[in-house]
Amino acid sequence: MPDTEIILAVDAVHATYNHAITALHGVSFEIRRGEILALLGANGAGKTTTLKAVSNLLPAERGQVNAGTIRYEGSDVARRKPGDLVRAGLVPVLEGRHCFKSLTVEDNLVAGGIGRSGRRAEISADLERIYAFFPRLKEKRRTLSGLTSGGEQQMTAIGRALMSRPRLLVLDEPSMGLAPLIVQDIFQTLRKLNSETGLSILVAEQNSAVALRYADHATVLENGVSVLSGTAADLRQREDIRALYLGQQPTPAAKSSHLHAVA
Amino acid sequence: MIADFDYQFFIEVLVGGLLSGVMYSLVAIGFVLIYKTSGVLNFAQGAMLLFAALTFVSLVERGVPFALALVATFAIMVVISIAIERTVLRPLTNKPPITLFMATLGLSYIIEGAAQLIWGTQVHGLDLGIEDVPLEIGGVLISQFDIFAAVVAAGMVVVLSLFFRYTRIGLAFRAVADDQFAALAVGLRLPLIWATVWAAAGLVALVAGLLWGARLGVQFSLSLVVLKALPVLVLGGFDSILGAIAGGLLIGASEKLAEVYIGDYFGGGIESWFAYVVALVFLLIRPSGLFGQKLVERV
Repeated sequence: MPDTEIILAVDAVHATYNHAITALHGVSFEIRRGEILALLGANGAGKTTTLKAVSNLLPAERGQVNAGTIRYEGSDVARRKPGDLVRAGLVPVLEGRHCFKSLTVEDNLVAGGIGRSGRRAEISADLERIYAFFPRLKEKRRTLSGLTSGGEQQMTAIGRALMSRPRLLVLDEPSMGLAPLIVQDIFQTLRKLNSETGLSILVAEQNSAVALRYADHATVLENGVSVLSGTAADLRQREDIRALYLGQQPTPAAKSSHLHAVA
Repeated sequence: MIADFDYQFFIEVLVGGLLSGVMYSLVAIGFVLIYKTSGVLNFAQGAMLLFAALTFVSLVERGVPFALALVATFAIMVVISIAIERTVLRPLTNKPPITLFMATLGLSYIIEGAAQLIWGTQVHGLDLGIEDVPLEIGGVLISQFDIFAAVVAAGMVVVLSLFFRYTRIGLAFRAVADDQFAALAVGLRLPLIWATVWAAAGLVALVAGLLWGARLGVQFSLSLVVLKALPVLVLGGFDSILGAIAGGLLIGASEKLAEVYIGDYFGGGIESWFAYVVALVFLLIRPSGLFGQKLVERV
C-alpha cells in the first residue's frame, strides 16, 4: 500500500494546554483516502483535543503539540496555518457547531466559500450542490442561523465546511444534543457524501453505536491514549469495548428506570 | 409654570444636543469597529484622532492643497493603523483583555508623543471652510457647522454599513465579529480582516479628528474626546454601530438639556460630567447597553 493512500497519519501525539495540563499522551491512527474513521471515547478522553491538533487549532486555545507528528497528505500540519489547511482540503466542523449565529444560513455557507477564497461563480455553484445534499438548508436560507434548530445548525456547520471543497472532513461530535432520528439523518448524509464524492471523514463521537454503524474503521481513546483500533465491523461485535472504554452504557433496564426518575 | 415653558428654546437646546451627540458617535464608532472584530477596547483611538487632525493641519499649513492633504493623511492613518495591529496587537492575540487594554493605553501615549515630536506642541486652528454661524430653520436656530458635521457622520455610517453589508470582506467581518474561533476554523483570513477594520478605524479617526479639530482647535486635549466616547459606548453597547449612534445622540441631548434645565441647581457646569451619571445609571439597569449583543438563540 503506497503512502499516498494514507490521507492523514497521526503518530504518537502528545499535547498540553498552557504547557501544563496534559491532554494527550500517545495518540496514533491513520486514515486512508476515501474512508470514514470514527474516533471513540468517553468524555474527556481527548477526542476534541486530537481533532484540534489535526486542524492545527490548538495554538488558538493556548494548547500545543509537544511530541509526535500529524501528517496530512504527507506534510506536517504543525507548520501550516489553519486557514492554509482549509484551503488544502482539511476542513473542521467544530464541536457545538459554532455557526455564525447572527448571519443567515446562506451567509454562513458563503463565509465557508470565502474562507476557501472561492470565486463568486464557484460559490454559487457550491451553494446549489450543498442545498441538494441538505434541502432543509435551502428552505431556511434566509433565516438567521441562531434561530434554526440544533439539527439545522449542524447541517449549516457541515454545509459551511463543504463549501471549502474538503478532501478530509473532520467532525467533532456531530450528534451532540440532537434527536436520534436527526443524528441518523446526518450520518446518512455523511455516508452519502463519502460514497458519492470519495470524501474522507474523521468523526469523533461519544455515541459509539451510531458511529460504528456508519464508519469503516474506528480508534478508541482512553485518557489521552489511543488504546484500540480496528474495523468498525469487528468493534461492533465486541460488547466489552463499550463497557471498558466508552463509559458504562446504561442497560435497557437501567435506562428506563432513569427515565422514570426524570419523569 | 408649564404654560411659560419655552418650547422653541427647548427644541433649540435639544437639536443642538443631538447634533453634538453625532460627534460623540463618530468617535465611538471607531471603538466599536475594533472591539467587534478583535475584542480590544482600543484606548488609542483618541490619540489616532489627534494624530490625524494634527497631520492634516500641519500639511495644510505647509501649503499642501486641501484634497491632497486629506488623501495623504488618510494614507498615513491606514499605514499607522495597520502597523499598530501588526506590531502590537497581533503578538498579544489570546492574551487577557486587560493586557490588550493596557497595551492600547500605552500606545495612546506613544502616538501622542510621536505627534508632538513630529509636529510640535502649538495649538493650530483648523478651517474646513464651513462657518459656524446659526441657521434659522422653522424658527429654531441651528449651528451650520453642527449640521455639516451631522451630515458627514451620517454619510460615514451609511458607507460603512453598505460596506459591511454587501461586500465579501464585510461578510467576513460580520462572521469574525460573531465567532472568531469558527472564523479561524473556516479559513477566513483574519489578518486581512483586522487590517481592513483598523484601516476603517483610521478613516473614522481622521473624519472625527477634522470635525473635532475644527470645533475645538487642533491641540493635545483633542485626544481626551475618547473620554466622551466611553459613556456613549456604555449606553449603546460596545459592539453595536447602531448603538454608538443612538448612545451618542442620547448623551449629547441629555447633557445639553441637563445643563440648561437642572444645571443651575448644581451651580452650573454639569455638562462635562453629566454623561457619566447617565452611563452609571445605565450600567445598573442595562449592563450590555441599549444595542449590546443579544445572543441570537432559540429558547
